[in-house]
Amino acid sequence: MTIIHHPGADTLMSYAAGALPSALSAVAAAHVAMCDRCQHELVLMERIGWALLEGLAPVPLTDRRPSRAAPEPASTPLAQVGGDAANPILRLARHDFAGVRWRRIGIGLWHHPLPIRGKGSLQLIKAAPGAAVPDHGHAGGELTLILQGAMTDRTGRYGHGDVADLDETIEHTPVADRGTGCICAIANEAPTRFSGLLARLLQPWHGF
Amino acid sequence: MIGARQSLKADPGSLATNSYGAMSELLRRVALRADAAAFHELYQSYGPRVKAYLMRHGADGSTAEDFAQETLFTVWRRAALYASDKGSPSTWIFTIARNLWIDRLRRDVPWQELTPAHEEATSPEPLPDEVVSETELQLRVRDALAGLPAEQRQVLELAYLEGLSHAEIAARLALPLGTVKSRVRIAYQKMRAAVEDLK
Repeated sequence: MTIIHHPGADTLMSYAAGALPSALSAVAAAHVAMCDRCQHELVLMERIGWALLEGLAPVPLTDRRPSRAAPEPASTPLAQVGGDAANPILRLARHDFAGVRWRRIGIGLWHHPLPIRGKGSLQLIKAAPGAAVPDHGHAGGELTLILQGAMTDRTGRYGHGDVADLDETIEHTPVADRGTGCICAIANEAPTRFSGLLARLLQPWHGF
Repeated sequence: MIGARQSLKADPGSLATNSYGAMSELLRRVALRADAAAFHELYQSYGPRVKAYLMRHGADGSTAEDFAQETLFTVWRRAALYASDKGSPSTWIFTIARNLWIDRLRRDVPWQELTPAHEEATSPEPLPDEVVSETELQLRVRDALAGLPAEQRQVLELAYLEGLSHAEIAARLALPLGTVKSRVRIAYQKMRAAVEDLK
């Protein structure tokens, strides 16, 4: 399993800045957790973050000392506490999506929305082998992470761990691999109501 | 080490590039001995800029100071886990402050992790050549940042210091989204090229 498709440098940098909309950030975090290359890039991007922060004029502290006592030291690396376990996308994937209540949204297509605070919407999409997701554009950015199986569109073939980082200018028709089908997490930047892919998918079924 | 500490005390607001070794040493003392004096030096060195960072994100002074405090407390709790060979203490502190602020906004499960590379069960003692390359890295990043055209630096500042998404930056600057993204990408290519031979 080799990851071929990564988020764009602009997307990753927005993530490093803490500025990527939450839904996209969740997908980026899941990809980064499985991608050494992006972890490596991210360290430089975070270094840039400090360099920018360092350029700010310091604001003197009112209290020279912290106003409350320091807490007990922790002994478990956050990467172990968090990592897979803390990211709901990876947790579901690791348990083979057990307990996910898939809702049918088309021929050979199911989805499962994931709750997300902040900006954007996030869902898992399951496509049966050979199922095509209708031609769609996006309102705002869209980040797709392949969690199981593979899909192909005119921008290439996407396997486990790959990310399709698409902006609203791209129209594509992903098709799930005939052998395996595909499960992916899709984050959309557009807020609250379904947009882009899901709007198109759900329209004929729910009439909105 | 005494010399390094004195220079810090002389100018607590200045986190000069050559303070990397001093900061790592403070962090090591915090890690190994839960050294409260070392912690207070870290707090006074980093607190004012972390506070400035959070105020730039829109926090008022007292909230920003609470967050600066929380950031350094997190450093205190996790000092023993800090992997000094994977980045500078300051970069690590940036990620902690950033994540605390994001968590506050989202009040949610921790979607955005600390970059795994920052925390690993490695020795907190940097090797001498690591100190040199770390210092060199910080200098290169700072120089490359200073060398960016104003329009590229501006988009980075809006993202990193104000937490604006690319769409929000585009709206703020009345620019097409594609222009914002390409400025970010070009700026990053330059920064990356500036450190290419060190990593």
